[in-house]
Amino acid sequence: MTATRLKYFQTGSFAAGNRLVNPESRSVQSGAERANAITCGHRACQGCGEALGARYALDAAMRATGGDLIAANATGCLEVFSTPYPESSWQLPWIHSLFGNAAAVSTGIAAALRAKGNTHTRVVGQGGDGGTVDIGFACLSGMFERDDDVLFICYDNEAYMNTGVQRSGATPPAAFTTTTQAVGEEPGAPWGQGKSAPLIALAHEIPYVATATIADLRDLEAKVQRAMSIRGARYIHVLVTCPLGWGTPSSDSLRVARLAVETGIFPVWEGAYGDVTAVTKIRHRLPVEDYLQAQTRFRHLFKPRRRDALIERVQARADRNIRRFGLIDPVEYDPVALHVEGGS
Amino acid sequence: MSSLEKPFAITLEVGSSRANHTGSWRTERPEYVRLTAPCGGACPASEDVQQWLYHAEEGAYEQAFRKIMERNPFPAICGRVCYHPCETACNRVQLDEAVGINSVERFLGDQAIAGGWSSPAPAAASGRRVLVIGAGPSGLSAAYHLALLGHAVTVRDAAPAAGGMMRYGIPKYRLPREVLDAELARIAALGVQFQLGRNVSDVISEQLEGRFDAVFLAVGARLGSRTNIPAGSAAKIIDALSLLRDMEDDAAGPPLLGRRVAVYGGGNTAMDAARTAKRLGAEDAVIVYRRTRDRMPAHESELEEALQEGIQVHWLTTIKQADAGRLTVERMELDEHGFPQPTGQFDELQADTLVLATGQQTDLSLLEGVSGIEQEDGVVKVDHNLMTGHDGIFAGGDMVPAERTVTVAIGHGRRAAHGIDRWLRGAPDTATGEPEGSASHTGVGPAPQPVEVPFERLNTWYYSDAPKTVREQLDAVRRSSTFDEVVLGLDESTALFEARRCMSCGNCLACDNCYGVCPDNAVIKLSRGGAYAYEIDYDFCKGCGLCVQECPCGALEMQPELI
Amino acid sequence: MLEQIEGSQAVARTVAMCRPEVICAYPISPQTHIVEGLSRLVKAGELRPCEFVNVESEYAAMSVAIGASATGARSYTATASQGLLYMAEALYNASGLGLPIVMTVANRALGAPINIWNDHSDSMSQRDSGWIQLYVESNQEAVDVHLQAFRIAETLSLPVMVCMDGFILTHAVERVELPEPEQVDAFLPPYEPRQLLDPAEPMTIGAMVGPEAYTEVRYLAHYKQMQALDVIPEVAAAFEQRFGRSSGGLLRSYRSDDAETIVVALGSVLGTIEDVIDELRDQGVSIGALGIRTFRPWPSEEVRSALEHAKRVIVVEKALSIGIGGIVSQNVHGALEGTAVTIHTAIAGLGGRPITKSSLRRLFADGIAGELTGTTFVDLDHSLVDGESERMMQTRRSGPHAENMLRDVGIVGAGPV
Repeated sequence: MTATRLKYFQTGSFAAGNRLVNPESRSVQSGAERANAITCGHRACQGCGEALGARYALDAAMRATGGDLIAANATGCLEVFSTPYPESSWQLPWIHSLFGNAAAVSTGIAAALRAKGNTHTRVVGQGGDGGTVDIGFACLSGMFERDDDVLFICYDNEAYMNTGVQRSGATPPAAFTTTTQAVGEEPGAPWGQGKSAPLIALAHEIPYVATATIADLRDLEAKVQRAMSIRGARYIHVLVTCPLGWGTPSSDSLRVARLAVETGIFPVWEGAYGDVTAVTKIRHRLPVEDYLQAQTRFRHLFKPRRRDALIERVQARADRNIRRFGLIDPVEYDPVALHVEGGS
Repeated sequence: MSSLEKPFAITLEVGSSRANHTGSWRTERPEYVRLTAPCGGACPASEDVQQWLYHAEEGAYEQAFRKIMERNPFPAICGRVCYHPCETACNRVQLDEAVGINSVERFLGDQAIAGGWSSPAPAAASGRRVLVIGAGPSGLSAAYHLALLGHAVTVRDAAPAAGGMMRYGIPKYRLPREVLDAELARIAALGVQFQLGRNVSDVISEQLEGRFDAVFLAVGARLGSRTNIPAGSAAKIIDALSLLRDMEDDAAGPPLLGRRVAVYGGGNTAMDAARTAKRLGAEDAVIVYRRTRDRMPAHESELEEALQEGIQVHWLTTIKQADAGRLTVERMELDEHGFPQPTGQFDELQADTLVLATGQQTDLSLLEGVSGIEQEDGVVKVDHNLMTGHDGIFAGGDMVPAERTVTVAIGHGRRAAHGIDRWLRGAPDTATGEPEGSASHTGVGPAPQPVEVPFERLNTWYYSDAPKTVREQLDAVRRSSTFDEVVLGLDESTALFEARRCMSCGNCLACDNCYGVCPDNAVIKLSRGGAYAYEIDYDFCKGCGLCVQECPCGALEMQPELI
Repeated sequence: MLEQIEGSQAVARTVAMCRPEVICAYPISPQTHIVEGLSRLVKAGELRPCEFVNVESEYAAMSVAIGASATGARSYTATASQGLLYMAEALYNASGLGLPIVMTVANRALGAPINIWNDHSDSMSQRDSGWIQLYVESNQEAVDVHLQAFRIAETLSLPVMVCMDGFILTHAVERVELPEPEQVDAFLPPYEPRQLLDPAEPMTIGAMVGPEAYTEVRYLAHYKQMQALDVIPEVAAAFEQRFGRSSGGLLRSYRSDDAETIVVALGSVLGTIEDVIDELRDQGVSIGALGIRTFRPWPSEEVRSALEHAKRVIVVEKALSIGIGGIVSQNVHGALEGTAVTIHTAIAGLGGRPITKSSLRRLFADGIAGELTGTTFVDLDHSLVDGESERMMQTRRSGPHAENMLRDVGIVGAGPV
């Protein structure tokens, strides 16, 4: 039996691990020796997508660097739930400075390491969407354009959740937040606003940009691993679900993130030096309605009356993503190819 | 750097949050469960299909074989002749198509024969003697399990060779005799005594004479039902079972049926008879059946293979009169209850031989004089342990009320063996007739529950899509060919592929997903590995339910937290 | 080594000798020459190892310094004016985290109106940020105090702001004694951080602290900064011992031991004040000066003992706390609480207006004559503000408080001056 003839149709390509594949081919998260960069006892809500995303990403980075990693964190849920005095959940060197400066602090760490001739220790900056796409954007852009040796990871839950679910520049149209209430002609977050941080990152022509979600662990880990194999400014934008802000059961955190991908709402891709270089195809395309109905932040699109026009506008956005990024391939999806090429 | 030097409160020790036991937030707790996969639930032989596929998908074929052998000594036979209700029940049908369980079983059975893998070692001799009457699937299954339980078993059968209907009812092209013989040899190797060509006509005297502590009756239903068809003296009418039995009589040569053969009936035996006739040279092999295709008792696959071989079926037709070379048939129509009613429209059908396949009956004459045995509709009444009304006399297979298939008979044999064993030991009864501490439970993970796993319980996103190329290969394998064995077996790669399509419904398959998806690191991965090698750390589990939702196979469930 | 050199370049050369490992800066006048000089030294390889990071804002500058300092690198930046305000959030953070960053503030006014000239509005606005604030009066002192600043910062694990008057000092070419690198190395040991982002010994820096411990954290921050009142003189003494000149410290008295009138000031204006004092002393006036070199922490006891024997104190300050008046004078008031010393506040030199000897002579004379009341705005164009205030009174209701203020500066009822 050669390696190429082995096929795992049960689970394995998508699950965390699989006893049928050799340990090296399993995800970082499947290993008992994973770093648990953020460990238990943290105060994240039940089913927190960000807590999960941070562990997925940092554990992968820890494996890629042999644990030789420093993290800088923006203010936000992740920071608050992980480090309330007197307890910290972090197991790697970690610093929190301010809401808007995580990228610059990361730059400083990288500069210090370089000055000290330390070429082995690597730096990850991280923040939520507010700390990344809004208040932290200038520092992030500066870090990008200088090509500082930092991987910045945005855990995007599409609003200011820590302060009570207010709109951010990453909040999608029509979503309810406490500052975009579900009232009026066009309830929820306004149309024609917001920004794609990953595309803007790509426009900096930095060596690596990727999007990912917590729903596809293998994909996320492969991207972090790829990012850590590159020097210079790198950016990964991870969609993380928020049961509180999105109005989903805590057990649905991965399901809803999966729906974001399968509907085309959230395109998953990789880019380098200004170009999109790869996309993760949609496996089983679903209508956006499946995604919207799973979350109470979009409830006003269905109740008290169904707003077909608005649902269609959301669908049109998803359709555009699918066209723009080529998220559906006419060639049948081959999990074996993913298994091999994904390096997972 | 001592902690005293670090700034107070602003700088903290790593990992110190482990002091904060977030388990107190929980209102529901996830628990690992082991449920019955639909395949195993549907198996008449009580095979724990999911469990043996678990081994097979690792390539541990001998282990998989041994897992089957805990329940069924005939994987190579069942892998050919079983109508695989497991596949009908398989949840994967709702995703793409059922796992080819039957073909994997056959692969395992064939591997065992090729590899000379033996039966498990029997328990220490109990000193008890059991007589099994009938060497068909039910009797042989009982003999096998009784032997494993340490009892001395003698099997008696009127036929010159063992196998019962497996030999005298199922044509070679469905079950090659070398396969049958190989699996029978494993039973003989356990020390089971075969006394063949010996008709038993008086149960009680044979029991006393042989000093048998218990008897298992498994004489089958080997008499063809004679439908009363007015027939001319020159009409050639035979029954299907005789035809199939004569096929095994090498000395007599093949039966002569003529150019045109009509088979009357709609069961599997009718299909076998028609296909056999075709193979014996009949140009026209026609099945006459009084109802419609959807009401036909024969299994779809059998009918399909028959049709592929050029056999015609006259639906909604009865035979009114048989004469030399021709039949008078009447068109029927279904009434509102689905029963066929005569229309008065008659027709003629050319046929040199009419083969009757209109049912089988049990010869219960050997029970005359046995006290306490109740009969009803030509079969023997038994309790859930398959014991008749006569203490110590058990019965199973086609002679008790049940579906008449090889696999059902094998299941009876096992159940009866355990019933006999308990009866011999004076052990307490079990409600289901299943042995206590059912063998499927390996001792690892939670105890099995009889709850069957609905498709909705699975998280099928994690099951990869099967590539087209392998599917085509499998389709080719499943196609039929000639008088040789029609359905070919799987090679190793396709068998492995097929086994790995199993979704492990309701049973942990060791995918690490629960361990991976817990945002609170509250799933502990045990060092031993394998299925159920996880524990929930209730000190930290907040009860979010993600592990349950993301378990591909539904091996976790939420339970209310008892406060 | 004596050199005729611009103040900024002198500071750049001095900072370079302190071997900072990370320098980050954003251009803002008048500090720009300092980082330009440093960038040249780094680029030329004369300062090595050192990373010079051109950041996109002052906020980023301080944030990069925070990250670098927390990673154990000696970190330096420089700023002024609006830039200092833009990094205000990070200033508090750096001090809160106890990171010994050294920063030059080339003092400058704040807008609006935008004004690029010198006063102390910028650094005074950050007096509560938890940073040690040292004010220098000459470029020589700027050189000397920068050397000391790194040692003070790293001894206490607290950030230090060296405040030097923008343009007046930064752009002035003077003879300055620059230290030899070996002297600096001997005076300033390598940085040994008290906390460090290090994978070999990970820790969590920057936790969230709630009501249960926040007061204690702030108390300890205050306690730590107050330790500087001991450390700064020790470092100054060590400096004098090694370099043979007196520089830095908490305060500097000038002919004030027996003075009835003592002028209190910070920064370069002290030179002019001392010239006037010399003239007045020649005329027999009992007057002296007290230079505040350490404004934060506030050396209250030292100020009291330096001033308590005087009859009056005139605080000349280059910043205005709008809505109350003097800033330094409030601190002086606190230091002299319970004494009979009369304290006058004079706001002078805002937005780069020259503080002339004649203005000072007039101010001191008025003070000695007992003619100063409230807050004095030196060289205020009375006719201009009178006209404007008249216009304001006509167009909107003006209450008695605002008019009282005008009366204080002699406008209401006094007529055009």
